[in-house]
Amino acid sequence: METANAIEIRDLDVDYGSRRILSDINIDIRQGEIMVIMGGSGSGKSTLLRCILGLKKPSAGHIYMLGTDICHTSNKKLYGLREQIGVAFQGGALFTSMTVAENIQLPLREHTNLDENTIQIMTRIKLDMVNMLPYENLMPSELSGGMKKRAALARAIIMDPKLLFFDEPSAGLDPITSAELDELIVMLKESMKMTIVVVTHELESVFAIADRIAILGEGQLVQVGTPEEIKSSTDERVTGLLNRTPRKNNVDKDVHIERLTRDKE
Amino acid sequence: MIKAISNLGSYAIETIEQIGRTFNLLLIIAWKMCLPPYQIFPIIKQIYFIGARSLTVIIISGATIGMVLGLQFYNTLERFGSVGVLGSAVALSIIRELGPVMTALMVVGRAGSAICAELGIMRITEQVDALECMAIPPDKYLVAPKLIAGIVSVPLLNFVFNVVAIGGGYFVGVIMLGVGEGSYVNGMIDSVVWGDVRLGMVKSIIFGMLITLICCAKGFYLHLSQYGSQGAEGVSRATTDAVVISSVSVLFFDFLIGALMS
Ligand SMILES: Nc1ncnc2c1ncn2[C@@H]1O[C@H](COP(=O)(O)OP(=O)(O)OP(=O)(O)O)[C@@H](O)[C@H]1O
Ligand SMILES: [Mg+2]
Repeated sequence: METANAIEIRDLDVDYGSRRILSDINIDIRQGEIMVIMGGSGSGKSTLLRCILGLKKPSAGHIYMLGTDICHTSNKKLYGLREQIGVAFQGGALFTSMTVAENIQLPLREHTNLDENTIQIMTRIKLDMVNMLPYENLMPSELSGGMKKRAALARAIIMDPKLLFFDEPSAGLDPITSAELDELIVMLKESMKMTIVVVTHELESVFAIADRIAILGEGQLVQVGTPEEIKSSTDERVTGLLNRTPRKNNVDKDVHIERLTRDKE
Repeated sequence: MIKAISNLGSYAIETIEQIGRTFNLLLIIAWKMCLPPYQIFPIIKQIYFIGARSLTVIIISGATIGMVLGLQFYNTLERFGSVGVLGSAVALSIIRELGPVMTALMVVGRAGSAICAELGIMRITEQVDALECMAIPPDKYLVAPKLIAGIVSVPLLNFVFNVVAIGGGYFVGVIMLGVGEGSYVNGMIDSVVWGDVRLGMVKSIIFGMLITLICCAKGFYLHLSQYGSQGAEGVSRATTDAVVISSVSVLFFDFLIGALMS
């Protein structure tokens, strides 16, 4: 089944134990677009990403990735799909027992029969793309936070995936590196026709890269739309996120005091 | 009161879940190992880590235990005037009981804790998730080589332990206390039968599997346990648990196998 949508999320509910984290999420992500997922800290962005990647089973709903319902499919199909995606995690998730270069080569070694020379060259190309070439022989523990992020991105794109997921690419990066990374993400979309899902807080990079934006607030989908639509939104939660207005404490004073003083059960 | 009962209940459920997960892991790995790709190099690396790097501690503890046994048995046997059976007494207790048990306990302390901590850290830093997302099955890639290495190395270490310990008993008995060399060696050769050696081998293979399986499962399934959300502290608690549980299981299974096989 070939559709224009790379990912379709339908009526998704997600819980951790008895806590509802996401409820009734519906998002379509089109082939070849950059979809940015925004939302306050703890609003469930990483959780949504984990569901799309099949790492967390939702309590209800469906997620179709490239036409396959990943919540109700065999492990084998899921692994087949995963060979076509690349993921850069929030903390990098580099393997601490391998050098940067070995980390990046791992998918190639596991899934292809390329000869050593080709693997080396491909590694260098991807490392060069993220400006990490001088550091290929360092261990992950010797890298700074931003360098880990860039190495993780290089590992995510080593197999030239159809779909790329990137959790918080620019958090903790200096403005120049951050701008370079934005440029790289746009370049990946344009030259390799990748569909890219980016989770981020940085407003500047959001508007530099996004084709469309989805905004999450307290477990609900607040709005999905183009950057223009989002900018002209009148929803308080959207404008609050864009204009950096602090959350208002519109709880009743007595309730607030009760919350602070009540005993733990 | 009700709270205490409910705590007990949830503790029991968690324990049973953990046992189930652990054996499930064993079955999954046994199944996945039959499917390609077969990986030899990671297994060798783990055998080096679990086996070769434990050699020093095994040799030292083996020599010490052998010498202590030689001394103790000599004192006891002397009262009955039968120091001639010193060789058999030392060899039988080492081969049947102390060799497998002590080797397993040493490996738990030396390698089991490290395995559990390593997998636990990989779990909480999303390295296991990253493997999943690269379509590399983490159980096969991370756990299977450790498990095979455990099953291979523990019996080999047990063999080394036995040799060194019997040598230690020889040193104390024959060289220091003057028991006749002939009676030590011949008594040993006459009394140790194939059944004793087989019992020791079966024990150490089962122990090797048991301790690596428990330590792997504790770390690999860290996120599902009650320590899952405690970060570094969770890893340290899970590691402590893994060491305690695998040591106790070794002692329990030692009794069980002994009772069933003799
Ligand atoms: N393993 C877990 N167990 C229980 N609750 C969790 C777990 N992981 C996340 N949560 C909860 O899910 C909610 C959403 O978390 P999530 O990590 O998705 O937020 P986020 O939007 O990515 O935040 P950030 O921008 O800080 O990364 C939080 O309230 C968090 O407490
Ligand atoms: Mg997050």
